[in-house]
Amino acid sequence: MSVWPSIVEIARQVQSGRLKAAELVDRSLEAIANKNDYKAIIATTEERARKRAKEIDECVRKGQKVGKLAGVPFIAKDNFLVFGADTTAASNILRGFDAPYQATVIARLEAEGAICVAKANLDAFGHGASTENSDFMVTKNPHDKTRVAGGSSGGSAAAVVLDMAPFALGTDTGGSTRQPASFAGCVGYKPTYGLISRSGVIAMASSTDTIGTLARSVEDASLVIDVMAGIDSLDSVTIDKDAAGYDTAKTDYKLKGNRIGLIKEYMTDDVDKGVRKVIGVAVTKLKKAGAEIKEISLPSLPLSLATYYIVVPAEISSNLSRYDGQRYGYSYKDAKDLEASYNKSRATGFGYEAKRRIMIGTYVLSSGYYDAYYKQAQIVRTKLINEFNNAFKEVDFLAGPVTPTTAFKVGENTKDPLKMYLADVMTVAASLVGIPAISIPAGTIQGLPVGLQLMAPQRQDRVLLGLARASEDLFA
Amino acid sequence: MTKLSGTDVLKLARLARLELSEDEVEKFRTELSDILGYVEQLQGVDTKGLEPTYQVTGLTNIMRPDEIVAYGPSQKELLKNVPAVEANQIKVKRVLG
Repeated sequence: MSVWPSIVEIARQVQSGRLKAAELVDRSLEAIANKNDYKAIIATTEERARKRAKEIDECVRKGQKVGKLAGVPFIAKDNFLVFGADTTAASNILRGFDAPYQATVIARLEAEGAICVAKANLDAFGHGASTENSDFMVTKNPHDKTRVAGGSSGGSAAAVVLDMAPFALGTDTGGSTRQPASFAGCVGYKPTYGLISRSGVIAMASSTDTIGTLARSVEDASLVIDVMAGIDSLDSVTIDKDAAGYDTAKTDYKLKGNRIGLIKEYMTDDVDKGVRKVIGVAVTKLKKAGAEIKEISLPSLPLSLATYYIVVPAEISSNLSRYDGQRYGYSYKDAKDLEASYNKSRATGFGYEAKRRIMIGTYVLSSGYYDAYYKQAQIVRTKLINEFNNAFKEVDFLAGPVTPTTAFKVGENTKDPLKMYLADVMTVAASLVGIPAISIPAGTIQGLPVGLQLMAPQRQDRVLLGLARASEDLFA
Repeated sequence: MTKLSGTDVLKLARLARLELSEDEVEKFRTELSDILGYVEQLQGVDTKGLEPTYQVTGLTNIMRPDEIVAYGPSQKELLKNVPAVEANQIKVKRVLG
């Protein structure tokens, strides 16, 4: 049993004065300290968190309004700009970076009374599927310390499963919230592209970057998403929030009458037999509960990983060009000229995976190769989008596994970058197409969690969360 | 299939403003060749009549009035992470020779 009640219940008790925000922050910091050996947390924001808790408790005492997340502690992946601790993106080049402003979503959560207590580990800049690319440490899987917690939001997922806070923020550029949620055993949500502002979140690949939510239940996640979603003038790709909101406590949800397509290309022999079995059982339960299930084929899906590993490194090489050793971040002190200062600051500050992606991105964007690689990938992306659009004429939702295997061993995939990239094979398509997708715990194999992935058309976040809410009870 | 030479890797590193060790040059030479070999599967795909997608939700130019908007951090706060500051400005090495 989790030590945390539901988020709605926590906020209700804080609002009524029965529970003190200060006690909740204590509870959270205590769990973080006690489970330090999982290496989920880079730093706490203890001083600021305690100060905010005191202010919230004081407001309650005076009878002032404290918001719908009053006193709820949360953990932010360390690529969110947050006051009270350094923001490093788990990279040496940003070690010691003191955020001059906060991410829009942090400000929105704080405005409703939530309290950020810590920063979670990640693969540096979000580049990876296991947190083994963190420049600082590897996060361990809560169910087996010899295994990874997934990535890149592995610290956030582990923190939620280890009860360090009721929810955590991640980012999802190609599966970085859904995959660790599946490996660690919690809910992981990737919204429609643009639904949640990325202002103040360190950019990875701008055409697929989204803000992820990790929580113990769909209802908890949906309330947090409801607070964060909507237009922000500081992120020009943001889209309008659904007028009915996203909180599943306030929407009707049911399985009956929903048409769900099981993706044929995600149930092949390339996917672990045990994983396919868990997904098969889960889908049967959905069917028994009234959903209409059919197999759907999207023939270009096997191309999505290659498309992703052109588009994303290209955008990474562009976004990481800002780390030049001049304006912020690590700066090499003894360079003889400006060019050497760039070259040496970046050589020392970036880890190996960041360098590898910068190099791939530079290649596919360079003169003479641009059309063959980058442009061709963006055309194949259109092909994928068209196939998803056609599939969504036949079904309301798509379903499949999140990852081809359960959590792998620490060190198992670090020698071969292509093998590591394959961990993303079933999550990148939703990112390239910009649709919402969620991972919910569907079962276990030898004690290791397996997530079911559900996807919906763009801007259908409200109904997707409703479907997931109706589904998760069946797998509990 | 693309096979990169050491010279190719060094040229890319120069474009990316990255100094590489000899060991990194050698590792990147094989790893980048492998990765490019994998992504080259897209080159045979039939894409007749299709246009590239650069923005997935169909948004086009998002305009706002050309006015100064008061925005959070002060000059002092924005300069606090800068490696070298002089007279409230970011100090860099000489740009023109």
